Amino acid sequence: MPTRSFGARIPRNEDPRLLTGRGMYADDVRRPGMLHAAFYRSPHAHARIVRVTTEAAKALPGVAAVFVAADLPEAIRGPLPKLIPHPTLIHHKTQVALAGQFVHHAGEPVVMVVAESRYLAEDAVDLLEVEFEPLPAVVDLEEAVEPGSSTVHEDLDTNVAAHHVQRVGNVEAAFARAPHLFSERFTIDRGASSPIETRGVVAEWDGRTRSLTVWDSTQAPIRIRNYLSQLFGLPESQVRVIAPDIGGGFGPKIMMCYPEEIAVPFAAIALGRPVKWIEDRREHFVATNHERLQIHDAEIAVDRDGRILGVRTIYLHDAGAYCAYGLTVPIVAGTTLPGPYKIANYHAEYKAVFTNKTQTSPYRGAGRPHGVFVMERLMDRVARELGIDRAEVRRRNFIQPHEFPYDLGGLIYQDGVRLVYDSGNYPEVFRRTLEQIGYAQWPARKARYRRDGRRVGLGVAFYVEGTGIGPYEGCRITVEPSGKVYAATSVGTQGQGHYTSFAQIIADALGVAPSDVFLTTGDSGAFGWGTGTFASRAAVVAGNAVNLAAQAVRAKALAVAATMLEARADDLELSEGAIFVRGAPARAVPLGEVARAANPLRGVIPAEWEGPGLEATRYFAPPSGTYAGGCHAALVEVEPETGGLRFLRYVVVHDCGPVINPMILEGQVRGGVAQGIGNAFYEKLIYDEQGQLLTQTFMDYLLPTASEVPAVEIGHVETPSPLNPLGIKGAGEAGVIPVPALVASAIDDAFSDEEVRIGEMPLNPARLREIIYQARTAPAPA
Amino acid sequence: MKPPPFRYVAPRSVDETLAVLAEYGDEAKILAGGQSLVPLLAMRLARPGVIVDINGIRSLAYIRRRGDRLAVGALTRQRAVERSPLAKRWAPLLWEGIRFVGHPQIRTRGTVGGSLAHADPSAELPGVAAALDAEVVVRGSEGERTVAASDFFRGYLTTALGPADLLTEVRFALPAPPVGAAFLEVARRHGDFAIVGAAAVLRRNDGAVADARLVFVGVGPGPVRAVEAERGLQGSPGSTKAFTEAARLAAEGLDPDSDIHASSEYRREVAAVMARRALEAAWQRSDQPRRSADRGKGR
Repeated sequence: MPTRSFGARIPRNEDPRLLTGRGMYADDVRRPGMLHAAFYRSPHAHARIVRVTTEAAKALPGVAAVFVAADLPEAIRGPLPKLIPHPTLIHHKTQVALAGQFVHHAGEPVVMVVAESRYLAEDAVDLLEVEFEPLPAVVDLEEAVEPGSSTVHEDLDTNVAAHHVQRVGNVEAAFARAPHLFSERFTIDRGASSPIETRGVVAEWDGRTRSLTVWDSTQAPIRIRNYLSQLFGLPESQVRVIAPDIGGGFGPKIMMCYPEEIAVPFAAIALGRPVKWIEDRREHFVATNHERLQIHDAEIAVDRDGRILGVRTIYLHDAGAYCAYGLTVPIVAGTTLPGPYKIANYHAEYKAVFTNKTQTSPYRGAGRPHGVFVMERLMDRVARELGIDRAEVRRRNFIQPHEFPYDLGGLIYQDGVRLVYDSGNYPEVFRRTLEQIGYAQWPARKARYRRDGRRVGLGVAFYVEGTGIGPYEGCRITVEPSGKVYAATSVGTQGQGHYTSFAQIIADALGVAPSDVFLTTGDSGAFGWGTGTFASRAAVVAGNAVNLAAQAVRAKALAVAATMLEARADDLELSEGAIFVRGAPARAVPLGEVARAANPLRGVIPAEWEGPGLEATRYFAPPSGTYAGGCHAALVEVEPETGGLRFLRYVVVHDCGPVINPMILEGQVRGGVAQGIGNAFYEKLIYDEQGQLLTQTFMDYLLPTASEVPAVEIGHVETPSPLNPLGIKGAGEAGVIPVPALVASAIDDAFSDEEVRIGEMPLNPARLREIIYQARTAPAPA
Repeated sequence: MKPPPFRYVAPRSVDETLAVLAEYGDEAKILAGGQSLVPLLAMRLARPGVIVDINGIRSLAYIRRRGDRLAVGALTRQRAVERSPLAKRWAPLLWEGIRFVGHPQIRTRGTVGGSLAHADPSAELPGVAAALDAEVVVRGSEGERTVAASDFFRGYLTTALGPADLLTEVRFALPAPPVGAAFLEVARRHGDFAIVGAAAVLRRNDGAVADARLVFVGVGPGPVRAVEAERGLQGSPGSTKAFTEAARLAAEGLDPDSDIHASSEYRREVAAVMARRALEAAWQRSDQPRRSADRGKGR
């Protein structure tokens, strides 16, 4: 039997191209006669636009056009589409392409300049005069929900966009009879995903064919195509959106439609010339969606053995100036919170709140880090208060392997489906993690560190991750006469290795080498149906569509070859690019020849071939999301004198079912851990009281670098999902989710002899030192 | 993030540079390694009419020992200092401090003269220059002059350089043995500007401190010398107690600003920690002849 490539650590097909600078990113797109756009962005967080004077900018040589809101056709002048509605989302406010009357956050585009070069366009932006009447800015999340707060939106008398409650069981009753009840406040602050490639849009209008082509650094090319068609009144067949190589998505690029995604195609159509806009880093900080800020008030009730009786979390979610994307983040936070534990009584209630800041939408983790932070902090609290080992408290509450499918009692997940965990083995994942980090030996080792005057803590955090939600993805696979295989799926790729992992699935079905499989991803011209790359779903949903299409092509190849070899299809095998009769390898025909035979010049195509060629298109639509999970553990050293923090060891044990390519998966996990470390100790978006973002460069918004990120030891547990034929679960967000909880847990442990308790993220050295010293000067607890 | 329009001039010699500077005066800005200027241009925070690119003047890049000084040409890349056995042997404090400047990529472009002329208050090299009693050599319309480091740094991003001046060389003093030096800093990440940095130089006389230099970066408008603490250390025993007291005294005199990375209070308190550690490390090294920085990891 040939080696199975599913599960193999094979190098990525895309690496030679991407690593030698031969990728095709939005900024690599150069069209004849192309113009360049730059935007004048609001310097105010909240203001009325009084007057825009464009004459001087228009007069600058090299400027092709200056557009303000009034120049836009009516269809794109108003609020842009609402994405995911929800019954509780009463005020579904969305952004506009160019602000005409009011600006609601600093960085909102007001004027677009199109010129012969980006340099000239920016020179012209300097010449614009925009007069504003500043209005009160709503910045603080808690103040925004106070009665009498000024409002973000002039036509609303509240900043609350949605008020949503989910209940399981009866928390009040559980709390009333509980012997122990602990409550605490947890805050996770704003962050940005900071992909290495910022956003970018290039649009080209062909007046002869009346067709629009847009290269867009987006995670959702098909849906962008659909919106452009709708907004510009063009048939979908006349709009092609290509998401070329993309240097990181992480969620904010699933948002649509950003103002520039509408304004740039408009300019290209209006001027009849291609127009390019590449977001610069300073723009990115204010113009691409943020995430993370939530304040949770949480309570947990347990019995004397630490078994959970009930959990309640009431929280505020910072939506920013609009909430085009909907309520995904706070819903995911509330539904991720229960994690691996049996919680019979649960109450999750939040308000999504407008503030005069950049709007928020899912960013890798998308509420999961919040939920896990709250739950895992509560579990550590229970262990401490009851004097039970924190691993033991967790073990007592785990859902057991035989209890799957496990129904969470009526919670509705982000896909609108009742939350039921399909599979998992939490005790085993936990056991493996603790064994790897040396949990049993830790007390002795910790004592040794203390004797040496070092503060080292062991942190541990468990999470369950909803992945692979619907509605569907598709794939078309074609065997070419050369014997090479071509596949097209609309799921875009932002560095996840789809050119390889999908090729591995196809290679196994068709008996070819993964390097002989060529993929197009994220091009509506190549495959026009799909939703996008988000929610750790590409491998699960598109991967299974790829598998179904490959199996269909395989069946057809065998049927055609059976005719050619005068054998029964059941007796044939595919291997090394050929089909042969089992036991008689000399009776063989190359796959390419089969492809040619399936597309004859003359003759008859049998009805059972369902058309010419070795080609099939299949879709996969899962009934619901599938639930991956894992556990992180780390040794973290804190230096009290400086507030410095470093990782001595980092362990991840992860269960996403059968692994397609462990090397790719481990890369995903490591990248996620790095981002999580940023969320825990380095990255924080800071606004002043006027709503000005103070962190608008990488000198102020600090990404962890290779110096700050430790080596990550990774282990796998494979519990297949029953919800798809490949049994796989998503892994895209796994690395990032538990890191803030883990770091907090480790710091607490390093200072377990003092009252150092972490309830906020991210920290920084100054804040950590302050917390430590406050604990030291605080009076001993009663 | 594209610079506004500017004229670009690339003189081939110091004399030619001086002529260009004399012609354009305030309008001109010198481009050396560009590690600070280019971002400022891209963000349109600097709008010079003329960029004077001196990268073609090879004669300004050198490291030479001249008697009790190490002379470093203004255009010498920071990476060249880091790789220089001469610098490592004779000016270990410079060698140690320079490794805190950004990352290898940045040091490969960034120049010693550029860092001093830009005078960022959190930058390492101005602190090293102050701790090593550097002399800064300046060429201007009236010829060459030498400015002591203590006179060179005049405040936030401000130096003794006039609009028509070119910094050509810096000469670091090489204190006579037995001497030890150490540079330490706290930054948010490796390679970031210092939140607080401390440079210490101690000359010993048997078991006592003969002479001390203690300089902070990141806690004032420029490098801050802790003169009182230095005086207090003179003649004191090289003991942890003496260093702790000197560090406390030194930090007490600081009045750092707060910013998004750290409060004034944090900076002052951590300055005492850095000073104490730098003094202790310098003292230990003063026992070793001229090899100190080999062993110190710096943090």
